[in-house]
Amino acid sequence: MVKKKSLGKIRGFSMQFLPYSEIRGLDSSQRIRKILNIVLGNNILIIQGRLQPGEETRLIEDTMAMIGHVKNFKGIELAVISGNGNGGVFRNFRSNIVNAIAGGDIGALTIIGPATIVKEIKRNPRKIELLLKR
Amino acid sequence: MVANIIKNFFRRIFSNIFKQKKELKLGFYGPPNAGKTSLANRICKDFTGKEIGTVSKIPHETRNVQFKEKVEIDYKGKKMTFKIIDTPGIATKIDYEDFLKFRLNKKDAKVRAKEATQGVIESIKWLDDMDIVVIVLDATQNPYNQVNITIIGNLVARKIPVLIIANKIDLRKANIKKIESAFPEYDVVGISARYGKNLEEFYESVFKLAKNV
Repeated sequence: MVKKKSLGKIRGFSMQFLPYSEIRGLDSSQRIRKILNIVLGNNILIIQGRLQPGEETRLIEDTMAMIGHVKNFKGIELAVISGNGNGGVFRNFRSNIVNAIAGGDIGALTIIGPATIVKEIKRNPRKIELLLKR
Repeated sequence: MVANIIKNFFRRIFSNIFKQKKELKLGFYGPPNAGKTSLANRICKDFTGKEIGTVSKIPHETRNVQFKEKVEIDYKGKKMTFKIIDTPGIATKIDYEDFLKFRLNKKDAKVRAKEATQGVIESIKWLDDMDIVVIVLDATQNPYNQVNITIIGNLVARKIPVLIIANKIDLRKANIKKIESAFPEYDVVGISARYGKNLEEFYESVFKLAKNV
């Protein structure tokens, strides 16, 4: 008798997209608070653009501070997809000007998900895989 | 002419005296279980006779920043003094249940997880104090990890020189080329901290970076 293989249950989650215009006017603390509020609601968040390096570490620090204090929160999975800057001098110069006008790297995408839902975000130069927990 | 020679002689002596007194803060950063403490231990043992911390297969063994002052590294007749700073591994998630797989009981696993979260915060706080940072990566793991990119991005923003170490090259799965292609702007040195393999190249790279600090 062939045993049926169960795929298991995938827990409920939703995905939210945050355009850069939604966070452009916010300071670092407000941005991080907004991001964590969305992620704590069991949402996978896709942000247009990327955070500043200091904001990324601040996000990690605040995440660590919340583990153990917020029920069932075990941290986040985080990945940033952006151009590698190998588009030639003219193209890089053009994207730098666009970024300067926009106030950030709007060509990038930031994916943040709660570790209770997102098992891993696997990256390599050619693809990005979002592995979910069952 | 003679006066110039004498002047240069004294200038060199004085500059050497002050140079040797300077202690550079050399930080070891990276994800958990990459071998930061193993490498720091190797250096401290070779030049002071004492290790800096304990190592373990269980992630987050180092949960406090630990340091050793006045470590004088002697490489090919050149000497430089460093404060070696070994930091807890930086992660974006910590689940106490992961520690249960290593036969820790629930209570100990929860304590370890709590201490590990505080260790990550402490590591990040210390970033501002470093003169040179060695990013230690496990050469058997995928280097395209956001934590690595975030740490390097922060060091670049702070203008702190960076050296990338591909550790565990003694293992068959190790792939230095993958790390080199992930971080093409940086020097990548492959070593085995466990067996002390290729440390000469590591010291040479550290001295090269230290000259520009």
